[in-house]
Amino acid sequence: MSLTSSPATPARNIHRFANPGQFLRLSGKILPPVALLALALSLTGLVWGLFFAPADWQQHDAVRIMYVHVPSAWLASSGYMALAIASAASLIWRHPLADLAAVEIGPVGACFTGLCLATGSLWGKPMWGAWWVWDARMTSVLVLFFLYLGHIALVRAFDDPQRGYRAGAILALVGVVNLPIIKFSVEWWNTLHQPASITLTGAPSMAPSMLWPLLLLGIGGTLGFAALTTARLRAAVMERRIRALVLAQIRASE
Amino acid sequence: MTHLPYIAASYGLTILVVGWLAIGAWQRTAKAKHTLAKLDPRGRS
Repeated sequence: MSLTSSPATPARNIHRFANPGQFLRLSGKILPPVALLALALSLTGLVWGLFFAPADWQQHDAVRIMYVHVPSAWLASSGYMALAIASAASLIWRHPLADLAAVEIGPVGACFTGLCLATGSLWGKPMWGAWWVWDARMTSVLVLFFLYLGHIALVRAFDDPQRGYRAGAILALVGVVNLPIIKFSVEWWNTLHQPASITLTGAPSMAPSMLWPLLLLGIGGTLGFAALTTARLRAAVMERRIRALVLAQIRASE
Repeated sequence: MTHLPYIAASYGLTILVVGWLAIGAWQRTAKAKHTLAKLDPRGRS
């Protein structure tokens, strides 16, 4: 079906931009500035948080771990949401780019979830006196980490990649139920983990001198996550094209 | 600075992991581009 001859609708526009060739051209232009902006914001935020933001009156300098722990936690959850959206697009439209996006988001999300757990542990030891406690927030984030690992394993577990994509998409969508559990775990249960300092509805319970570097790292980290997954997705699209070309050459030589 | 080993480990680990992801993505893209250029010299990518 020709897309250019049909009236433009939002769904058709999405499909047009999700065309692998179009994606490579568009992402090739967008990726460098996004990656540079992510690097600049993240480096500024890291230096600000490490050397210029004030220490906490109770936690002293250990509070500086917040500047790497909190953005990792944001990216762990929002990355999973992106994985679920790609999985839904994969199941609904059966679009190859959505399948590849889900495959490439998984390892990046797993790395940030692992970082969230590791930096949380490094923050917990001096503050709580324990590397790990089976607290609702930490346990639900550990479940998120296992969901990412499960998705990574599942999409690669079948000889037929399509079956792997379908199974992975279903797992990713089922796992979405864990996201509100992570978010509200500190309200629903008595946890050692502190409640959220920044909410969408209320004023932040944090000094602006600490909030600004955290926001810079949040924005820089989000752009960095997008840049990393886009770069991986570009490589995956090219690898798929290489496989198709090699197969075509083998068939032609037979 | 108090709690320096914990802070250094957190920042170091973050930089290592993000750097590893970035270098991995860059190497993978460079390799794919190189292979694609050899297979398809018209450069349709």
